[in-house]
Parts: sequence; C-alpha cells; structure tokens
Amino acid sequence: MNKALIEKIKNDTDFQKLVKERTRIMIILTLAELVVYFGFILLVAFNKEFLAQKLGDSVITIGIPIGIGVIVISFLLTGIYVYIANKDFDELTEKIKQKYARGE
Amino acid sequence: MTKRSLMFYLLSVAVVGFAFAAGGVDGPVQKQAVNPLAITMFIIFVAATLGITYWAAKRTKTAKDFYTAGGGITGFQNGLAIAGDFMSAASFLGIAGLVYTSGYDGLLYSIGFLVGWPIVMFLLSEPLRNLGKYTFADVTSFRLEQRRIRILAAIGSLSVVTFYLIAQMVGAGKLIQLLFGLSYSTAVIVVGSLMIIYVAFGGMLATTWIQIIKAILLLGGASFMAFMVLLHFGFSFENLFQTAVSVHSKGEKIMAPGGLVSDPLNAISLGLALMFGTAGLPHILMRFFTVPNAKEARKSVFFATGFIGYFYILTFIIGFGAIALFVQHPEYFQNAKQIVIDGITKIVDANDPAKNLVGDKKALVGGENMTAIHLAEAVGGPAFMGFISAVAFATILAVVAGLTLAGASTVSHDLYANVFAKEKDEQKEVKVSKIATFIIGIFAIVLGIVFEKQNVAFMVGLAFAIAASVNFPILILSIYWRNLTTTGAFWGGLAGLVVALVLIVISPTVWVDVLKNPEPIIKLKNPAIFSMLTTFVLTILISKLDSSQRAKEDREGFEPQYVRTQTGIGAEGAVHH
Repeated sequence: MNKALIEKIKNDTDFQKLVKERTRIMIILTLAELVVYFGFILLVAFNKEFLAQKLGDSVITIGIPIGIGVIVISFLLTGIYVYIANKDFDELTEKIKQKYARGE
Repeated sequence: MTKRSLMFYLLSVAVVGFAFAAGGVDGPVQKQAVNPLAITMFIIFVAATLGITYWAAKRTKTAKDFYTAGGGITGFQNGLAIAGDFMSAASFLGIAGLVYTSGYDGLLYSIGFLVGWPIVMFLLSEPLRNLGKYTFADVTSFRLEQRRIRILAAIGSLSVVTFYLIAQMVGAGKLIQLLFGLSYSTAVIVVGSLMIIYVAFGGMLATTWIQIIKAILLLGGASFMAFMVLLHFGFSFENLFQTAVSVHSKGEKIMAPGGLVSDPLNAISLGLALMFGTAGLPHILMRFFTVPNAKEARKSVFFATGFIGYFYILTFIIGFGAIALFVQHPEYFQNAKQIVIDGITKIVDANDPAKNLVGDKKALVGGENMTAIHLAEAVGGPAFMGFISAVAFATILAVVAGLTLAGASTVSHDLYANVFAKEKDEQKEVKVSKIATFIIGIFAIVLGIVFEKQNVAFMVGLAFAIAASVNFPILILSIYWRNLTTTGAFWGGLAGLVVALVLIVISPTVWVDVLKNPEPIIKLKNPAIFSMLTTFVLTILISKLDSSQRAKEDREGFEPQYVRTQTGIGAEGAVHH
C-alpha cells in the first residue's frame, strides 16, 4: 500500500468509525475480564471467609458459583465480542475493502 | 512408493514395534503391570494418527502448507484444535488430582488457565491474523527491524517451548509408566519419535487433526465420567458435595479456598502469568494463521474458550466425584481399610484407624495424578479405564506435537529464513524446519531422560512467565503503540527474560524444591509481576529515548501496519488445493 492510499483510508469516515467502535469494545471487554478475574483473585487472597460462606443449609459455599461464574462470564464475554464484531465490524470492513483494496 | 513415504512407513513401524518389544522390559520400581486393554486402544489411536499423517504428508508441499495447513482450517475446527493444544495431561490429570486433594483450590488453577482466552480474543486474534503469516514474530517484526526482533522472538519462543516440552516429556514418561507398564525411557522415546513423525511428515495439517481428534476424545471421555458421577448422585450437586465433605480428610475446608493462594503478591503474580502467558504461547499464537481470515480467527477463540471452560468444569466434577466415590474402593489406596462410623463409610490407614486417607495424595495408588484414571475404572470398568489411559497418552502426544511444530517453525522461519539465509527460498525453509523437527525431537527425548529424577513442576509456570514477560508485551506494544522501536523492544524483552529466570532460580520453587537449600532468597513463587513490569517499563522508556534512524523508520511503519491491522487489507489469504 502506498502512502497516499494509507492517508485516504485513514481519513475515510467508515475506517474512523470502525477503529473507534472496535477500540471502545476492546477496552470495555478487556477491562471487564480484568476486573472479574483480578477481583476474584483479590477476594481469594484477602477475604477467604466471604467465599467460604454457605448458601443457606447447603454445604455448597458462595465461592463455588462465583468461581464457576468467572469461567462462564469469560466465555460469555468472548461471545459478546463475536456478536458485536459479526454485526458491526465485518460490514464496515467489507465496505472499506470494497473502496480501497484494489489499490494494493 | 516415494522416498519420503517409504521413510515415513519405516519410521512408523519402528516406533510401534519398539513399543511392543519394550513392553516386557523390566523398569523402575513404580512400574505397573502391562495393561493390554489400554495398550490396544492406544495402538488404535496411534494407527489412526499415523494414517492421518500419511494423508497430510501428501498434501503438505509448500511452506504455507507446512506452517499453516494451507490456511483453510475453519473457525470451529481451529477452536477444537486450540482446545486440543491447550488441554494438556497436566490440566486433565493434574487438576482432577488437585481437586481430589484440596477441593476448591483446584478450581483456582482452572480459572487461571481459562481467563487468558478472552484477552487473546479482544487484543490479539484479529491483528495476528491480519498481520502475520507463519509465526507471531511476523507480527512483531512487521514494521521493526527483522534481525533483532526475530532473534528476540526466537529466544522467547524457544525458551517457552523448551521448558514446556521438558515438563511434558517428564510427565509423559512417568504417566505412561503408570498407565501402560512401559519403562520410563521407552515411554519418552515413543512419545518423542511419534511427535517427530507427525510434525516432520504431516506438518500443521496432521498436527491440527491430531489435536482435533484428541480434543473430541478427551471432551467425550471427561463428559462421560462427569455424567456417571452425577448419575450416581441423582444429578444433585448438593448430594455430591455433601458426600464429599463427609468423607474427605479435610472436611468442609474443601469447599472454600485454602492454602494454595497464601499471600496477595503471589496470587496476583501467578494470575498475571497464567492470564498473559496464555496470550504469549508460540504454539497457540501460531494456530491463528491456519484460518482464512480475521472473522474465523475470532470464532476460533470463542469455540476454544467454550470447550476449555466446559472441560475445566468437568474436571471439577471429576475431582469431587473421586472424593465421594473412592470410599467404595479401598483397592485404590495403599495400606488402607474401609470402616463405617455413624453410618458413614470411610477409608483409613490400616494401622491407624484415626487417619482418614481420602484426599491424601500419597495414599492413592500411583499418586494424586491417578485420580481421574481410578475414577474412570470406578464409573466405567476396566474397558473405560483403558480408554481414558489411551486418551491421556493421546493428550500428551497432541500437546508435544504442537510445541515441536512451534519450535521448528521458529528455527526455520524466524532464524533461518529471516536472519541467516542470504536469499528467500521456501523449499529450503521447509527442509530446514523438518531438520529442526528432528533435532528438537531428539533434544526433547534426551532432556526427558536426563530430567527423569528432577522436580520439573516449576517449568510450566516458568514457561508461562516467560511467555507473559517476553512474547506478550512485545506483541501488544508492536500492534498498538506507535512509538515502539526495535531497540526498545529488543532490550526490554531480554531484560524481562533475565528477570524472570533470575527470580525463579532464587524463589522457593527452584532454590528450595530443586536445589535443596533450606530457605528461599525471595518468597515470590512466580516472577511474572516483576518480569512483566520490567519488560513494559524498559521497552517504553528505551523506545521513548530512542532517536536513531531505525527508530524513525519503526514509527513511520506504524500507520500502514495500523490500517492493515484494522481492515485486513493486504493480509495473507488461504490456498485451495
């Protein structure tokens, strides 16, 4: 790709929209995963008693649904990303490619 | 028959024949009786994988075929293959054993091994696919100087592969000795030879399908075990956990975090290593070049995360199932007897009835790693145990094949083709990667035998720490940070590697457990928190201060790279045969 083409793509509104959207989603989801996991780790490190609380009369502690929850949430977050990317990013990318890819 | 297929045939016959012949050789004391059922199932697996390798070898002609299986793997297939690459025998047998001995603490490891995947998805999967060709160093060196960046990537990759491979080989030798009754060195030689055959002849195509088959077998076997456990307890988790708590030597403590994560610094450092190490493993990153585009790349992580997460939930049920069901099986314990106190059946030491043996790692026949294997017999009889043993063997083979392929690719593509070779010649490059496969394979066999009696438990943690401190920071900065320069990346990455190595040597895991000193120099068990920080801080600092001509080119290269990262314009396509 030559410099002029790069400039053109960079100034394209579709490209700017794609980058803005993707960066936003990327930051939000990455932060969500970091908060969930390190929140859990800090709970394990500082407040084991909280995780050891029993759910009612059951032997099952609150730590079990929370731990399994971290796994499930991580998977759901990847699902959310795929959903948004398939819905929004691919279309924009295709549009940009249509406009500029021939100039490679 | 061509020369190559003849060589493939002879080698295959030699390996299988060797395994048979060695079956009767006397080995060390822990060696179990030869298990014919398990061996039969394993031979069926090996025959099938050799068939696949033969099929793949005929389709592996170009460098692109060898490194990326032609780039035509679908997202779903790649998701399964990633899961197959990642779910090692350590995470199956090891975590099931950890849950059996400590309960909840086992779950902490599972979670740590899973949470890197969303990070890989959000930050790396699409840029990797859009920028890279065969190895992740294609991405880091996209706009930086080829020579220094490829050398750094090769140092990072080869150290990760070496430590990971040694840990896998030693684990494989011990496990196979237990499961099949082969001697330790026979086991290591069989594993090493098979992985050489898979990779050298079948390249990425054979490796991918071996990983897919292994993932299906492992997920199927583990699902059946978890299902049988739950069936036994009327699909009531309350029932299962209640029984487990009533019979385990640690009682209610198995339901909450215990001593595994003692202080916050250790907890966070281990968490960082697991999370960002996953995002820096060369054999995993390489898998993103096997799919045709960024869309399939992200899909593969979604499926992989689902399969791996599901698998870890199964291992948790398997571990608790073992606790709850082993009381019916005193034959799984050494020197134990079954007694009934207040209507509850317990397993206690034959000489000391006050000593509850359930959850005691030493009391279990074969040790804690045999938890899942014993449980397989308890819920499915000897035939199912044979199946699970064969699956465990298959699991090891798939993981070491992936590692070997990553190591060989680094040698041929990063070092040979882009640093040492005077001109580009893809045919020569493929030849070099095949030679590298043989050398790495033989190297792994030798190291596996040398390290037999050593404590190698720290090596997987070290591999993750290096991946998190060398490969991951450079990858992320090269993709997203305009100001990164070659000099900054090179010295920052090397410094992170040195810090990781030094800190692990003076930590309890090596200084005390391996070198047998009474006190560690530092208490931190995993170096990631400091080594990652070193890499990031130094790389950013040096890059900022770098005013060389090369630095100018590095920064100017960012814009074209950025456009390609975002849009995939100019990215490598798939080939169709």
